[in-house]
Amino acid sequence: MSDHPSKGGNALQAILEKNHFNPTRLVQILREVQDREGWLSEITLTDIAQGLSLPISRVRSTANFYSFFYTRPVGQYRVLFSDNITDRMQGSTQLFEHMLARLKLTENQTSADGAVSVARTSCTGMCDQGPAMLVNNRAVTRLTPRRVDEICDLIKAGLPLSSWPNYYFKIENNIRRRDVLLSANWDPGEALRAAIARGPQGMLNELKLSNLRGRGGAGFTTAIKWEAARTAPGTARYVVCNADEGEPGTFKDRVLLQRYPGHVFEGMTIAGYVIGAAKGFLYLRGEYSYLLEALEAHLDGLRRSNLLGQNICGVEGFNFDIEIHMGAGAYICGEETALIESLEGKPGKPRIRPPFPVTYGYLGQPTTVNNVETLCKTLEIAINGGAEYAGQGTKQSTGTKILSVSGDVELPGIYEYPFGVKVSQILEDCGARDVQAVQVSGAAGICLSPREFGRRIAFEDVPTAGSFMVFGPKRDMFEMARNFAHFFAHESCGFCTPCRVGTSIISNIMDKIAAGHGTQYEMNELGRLTNVIRGSAHCGLGTASCNAIADTVQKFRATYEAKIRPVDFEPSFDLDKALAKTRAVAGRDDADAHLETSVGAH
Amino acid sequence: MTDIANTLTIDGRTISFEPGQTIMQAALAAGVFMPHLCYNPEFKPHGSCKLCTVTVNGRPQSACTIAAMPGQEIQSDTPELNGRRRVLLQMLFVEGHHFCPGCEKSGNCQLQALGYEMEMLSPHFSHFFPDRGVDATHPDVMIDFGRCIMCELCVQASRDVDGKNVFALAGRGLASHVVVNSPSGKLGDSALEVTDKAVEVCPVGAILRKRVGFAVPIGERIYDHDPISVKALEPDEA
Repeated sequence: MSDHPSKGGNALQAILEKNHFNPTRLVQILREVQDREGWLSEITLTDIAQGLSLPISRVRSTANFYSFFYTRPVGQYRVLFSDNITDRMQGSTQLFEHMLARLKLTENQTSADGAVSVARTSCTGMCDQGPAMLVNNRAVTRLTPRRVDEICDLIKAGLPLSSWPNYYFKIENNIRRRDVLLSANWDPGEALRAAIARGPQGMLNELKLSNLRGRGGAGFTTAIKWEAARTAPGTARYVVCNADEGEPGTFKDRVLLQRYPGHVFEGMTIAGYVIGAAKGFLYLRGEYSYLLEALEAHLDGLRRSNLLGQNICGVEGFNFDIEIHMGAGAYICGEETALIESLEGKPGKPRIRPPFPVTYGYLGQPTTVNNVETLCKTLEIAINGGAEYAGQGTKQSTGTKILSVSGDVELPGIYEYPFGVKVSQILEDCGARDVQAVQVSGAAGICLSPREFGRRIAFEDVPTAGSFMVFGPKRDMFEMARNFAHFFAHESCGFCTPCRVGTSIISNIMDKIAAGHGTQYEMNELGRLTNVIRGSAHCGLGTASCNAIADTVQKFRATYEAKIRPVDFEPSFDLDKALAKTRAVAGRDDADAHLETSVGAH
Repeated sequence: MTDIANTLTIDGRTISFEPGQTIMQAALAAGVFMPHLCYNPEFKPHGSCKLCTVTVNGRPQSACTIAAMPGQEIQSDTPELNGRRRVLLQMLFVEGHHFCPGCEKSGNCQLQALGYEMEMLSPHFSHFFPDRGVDATHPDVMIDFGRCIMCELCVQASRDVDGKNVFALAGRGLASHVVVNSPSGKLGDSALEVTDKAVEVCPVGAILRKRVGFAVPIGERIYDHDPISVKALEPDEA
């Protein structure tokens, strides 16, 4: 694996050909080549650059950006533990350490025989069946010490993943509460035909009546987005479905794509019909690559039944098809302009807005970017009309919302409610008792304490992209905030100063407090940095990166205070620890070789 | 419909602007300094350093990327906004290796000059001490990656002015770094020439011409006599 001077010459050529030597497909090409070769060597990158007539620096730039691209050799088995706070609550840290010990490895180290490497990754969206890991991008759920031992044995025996027990890879849907969307039983094409019967403008009018708002978190009105893209000048229009479900604690889009792929694709096709697009992209997060084969097969079926392709449903000139693009481990690509950059084969860095994608999106053309769930909801509107749709939920938040419930609950999984449902109702339904806190809408969301459980899930009260993580009485809310601080430092794209540097400074401060070296000074610093980052970051990732810290400092202050020391200041530099090397050289470790005032001495 | 005057206010002072100008362009043209690092009037605004963050009708915005609009009320030179700028500068200082006394760009460096302008007295945060290295393989130009502030001006200049694509930004988050377009990744193997715009445009001491570091002695450099808030408004100055 480590040395392969252009061994894949012909295979690489075939991959480039399959991708039409198109530089906008660079992320896809890198993924396909890496799937073959295990990692992306400098030689491979150079060959790709030449094949696509791109500067090598541009290929390096993209290859270096995404977590799942490896520009150094990694193990034949690449094990990545999902590192969301819910995985940790289910014991992932101990399992991770257990596996490292069994394989005699340290984190990120590749074994001497090149067989295996073990590391951690951001939430893989299996919170209702964790702790979870990815092995060569395949999700393994419900980890136990025994299962980890078995996996270690399989790896040592060198058995290919295809020979591993099937049930390791079983992914449950865990649908616990159904409403309109999850109980729908429409025929394929039924909603599309209903939309066609209404005509593009008629469908748009129904969308307006429905007041459907985006389910990805921001809550932008879908009709306004579609109308803007429909009327904006352009030579081509594009429909994008955002399936880069990276917000920690959310997994509803995974279930929709696994259980209702037809709804998702039909929603995209309706969007294509309304805005006049001929092409749609499903941007699927790399963690969900196990879905790819089934989704491609589903698309083929739609093409065969003329629900995709030329003159769809017999409508002259209604041509639309869908292509699936895989992400490669970057939370930021959930931001719509970063997603578009990634679709164009570049690092996923958010663009300067305005212009917005509806006028200047994919390849500079009018583009709608909608969440998976939002697109599913358009089917209801096509079939039943906007007025009926608007009858559910609240005035400002119409329809139903799917929540991904995880954490300290009896029945983790997917819950669909009309908007306006009280937090306390959800807690009762999922069997959560003695709840200390609920983190709604993921790491970027809001932390609710029990006195707020009467609040409602709605854009005008507690808005959410769908994540709903429940924390029992013994959980340390500081640890949740610290987990999220590390998450943001890891996922910051690095474009703007406050987020690139600030998120790392913050996560270092949180580590210092966790290690028992924090003081009131660090508490003040957290407040000051929060103000700066919120007031100057380039995109939503940056501005939201301090939410959990601000919330927990305000609502769960005691957990911080229990950790901070009653002195004005402690240096982040531990002088006694720094002298360890000197002691080793002098061959001494007696009391006199230590500083009396060492912070580590108590 | 009556014509709305093309004026806005910055810290209470009314200025006129041309339609199509950004707030930064309008401010500089009217003789109002707004701190900036990644913005260079000759190039497309990048909007990454965030030093030019102002409030427009109460909302934080980057002055270099937001269009000037009639009636905007802009706050820029306020204790709070300058306090944030100071923190952003400190972040840039601790992110890389910026030890002014040992840097030949001292006196010509915009990062240093803004540090003085914003009364930054110390780097405040713990240094990250990144291991980014130096590339001195080119006969006439060297690059000290530890001093890079990710403004991408060299990327733009090389691509759009020199037509060479010598530089690109790679990596993510704190691991972001400039990469060189050559098979070896080294500057010496790239198409860069000492006369390239990409060499001249670096606002800090990352890209340096060799053998001319001290041709102008310390004390006679761009920001030695006048602060950047004055120099930036001079017509021939970036």
